[in-house]
Formats: sequence, C-alpha cells, structure tokens
Amino acid sequence: MSRRLRLWLFAVGAAGVAVLFLAAVLRMPEFGGVVHPLRAAVLDAAAAHRTPNVVSAVNYDQRAIDTFGEETLLLTAVVGAAALLRGGDDAPPPRPPRTMEAVRAVAYLVLPVTLLLGLATVVHGALTPGGGFQGGIVLGTAVHLVYLVGGRAALDRVRPVTVYVAGEAVGTAAFAATGLAAAATGAGFLANVLPFGTAGSVLSAGTVPLLSAAVGIEVASGVVVLLAGFLRQGTAGDEAAG
Amino acid sequence: MTVLAYGVAGWLLLVGVFGVARSRALVHAVVCLSVAQSGSYVLLVAVGYQRGAGPPLAGSFAGPLVDPVVQALTLTDVVVSATVTALLLALSLQIARRHGTTDPDDLTGLKG
Repeated sequence: MSRRLRLWLFAVGAAGVAVLFLAAVLRMPEFGGVVHPLRAAVLDAAAAHRTPNVVSAVNYDQRAIDTFGEETLLLTAVVGAAALLRGGDDAPPPRPPRTMEAVRAVAYLVLPVTLLLGLATVVHGALTPGGGFQGGIVLGTAVHLVYLVGGRAALDRVRPVTVYVAGEAVGTAAFAATGLAAAATGAGFLANVLPFGTAGSVLSAGTVPLLSAAVGIEVASGVVVLLAGFLRQGTAGDEAAG
Repeated sequence: MTVLAYGVAGWLLLVGVFGVARSRALVHAVVCLSVAQSGSYVLLVAVGYQRGAGPPLAGSFAGPLVDPVVQALTLTDVVVSATVTALLLALSLQIARRHGTTDPDDLTGLKG
C-alpha cells in the first residue's frame, strides 16, 4: 500500500471515528457532574473491608480476578520481550564509562531512599495512594541507580538477573496461591477471607496487602528483567559499532 | 466543557493513530501508539471526575470522592500500555537486527 493511499484510508477512518466519538460525547453525562452509578457501591464495599485506598480495594479485592488476568498479561509480555531480547549476553560487559563524582554521590544517596519509598508504597497499598504496581515500578527502577555509579559491570554484581526471573514467577504464583487458598476455604477464588483488622493499620484489609505485595514483587522483577534485556542489547550494539 | 474534556481524549487517540499511519520508523510508531492509548487514560479519568470532589481515599475528605472505579481501570490501562510498549520495542529491535531497517515501508516480503 502506498503512503498516499494509506493516509487517505486513515483520513476516512479518522473522520468516521471522530463523528461517532462526538455523537457519543454529546450524550454523555456532564463532565465533572454528580452521575457516578458505581461509586456508592464501591465505597461501601471498600469501607466494609476496611480499605481506605478505594482504588486498591477495587484492584486487589473487588476486581482481584481481573488483576490476576492483568498480572498474567504482564508476565506474558515480560516473557515475550525476554525471548525476543535473548542473545548477546555472552559478550563481557565493556569497561564502565566515566561518571562524574557528583552523579555517583547523588546515586549513592538516592538509592536507599528510593528503595525505602518503593517498599513503603507497596506495603501501604491498602491505606495510601499506591500499591503493588506503583511501588514495584519504583523498586525496579531504584536498582538501576547502581548503573549510574558503575555501569553494567556494577549492575551485574548487585542484581543477578536469574533471581529476578525467579521473582517474576514467585510474584505471580503468590497471587494465584492466595486466590486458591481463599477458594479452599469455600469462599471462592481470590475472595477476601482474612480478618480485616483495624482500619489504618498495615495488616488490615484482609488479603489486599498480600496481593499488593505479590504484585509488587512481580512488577519490580519484571522491570529488572526487561531493562536487563534492553541494556544487554545496548552494549552489544556499542561493541558492533565500535 | 463536556465536549472539550472528552474531546482531548478523542484527539489524542486520532493524533496517535495518525502518527502510526505516517510513521517512517518502528520506534516512532510504538511511541505514537502510546500517545493513542493515553487518550483512554484521559477519557477514564474525565468520566470519574466530579467538581469539588476529593481523592478516592476514604476518610481523607469531607465531601464526595471522585469515582475510584475508573481510576482503578486507568491503572490497569497504564500497566497494559507499558508492557505492550516493552514488547513492541523488543520486536522492533529484532526487526532492525534481521532486516537492517525499521522503516515499515521497507519491510515488505516475508523472510524465512
């Protein structure tokens, strides 16, 4: 298909989508209005399970089975990307590039703070904004501050990729195991069967903190495995070019 | 205001797909796809918004809270977008390695 024809095809399709979208928008409830049909039910359910962060209540309690699907999607995407990025790992890491002292100092200072922030975000998923997905991303990227300090050689020393490949599996398995344990009690797959505790304490909200932690492990491991794959490609390319 | 708020979402979708249609490099196409998908974040968050309402944290605000359901859906959306982007970038890398180009127009015949 020529570029010209493709752009014409896009123009026709886009015009159709625009008309339909506008027609739909004109019949939507007013922006910023009070019509939110599901909100009351969700807020009540979250309060009953003593989960102040209602978004986490939706993700790890009310829609936990959807989050399990999402976790599986994440796992599949990481496995797929890792398979596509395999190879090129036999080459020894090149000499670390020179890094400015200031950058190294900041990286050393920020690393523990970032790790702590990531852990806090995962652990307090039921109480404050955050949860396994957000905290997992913070944890996974925190590890890569080491890259700023000593390049790939230092990164390879502090984060053995095999551990994170296992972590990816362990996170998904922990989520599934929590769900199966709930099913074994007769309450149903991923039902919130644990005691809800006192609102505001870290171990409240039943299975929400457990599932949040499982997702945190999986997301952090996934980020590390993905970035390890891409970083390997980067250095492989450098060597080929040089 | 209603048309403007939701219109941003529709515009992001269309401009992202337009970028994919006229793309000359696969990485550019992947980024354009992310732009198109970010339209869905704007749409979801706009659907859940209420003027003067607080964040979806029970007990943090005296008045009504914005709709938490769509915020949870947006989180799912962001995760899907990030993982699909990683997968597509890995695919682009393999294509560049095997075919020596990332211009979609040059990627015609099948190769065994």
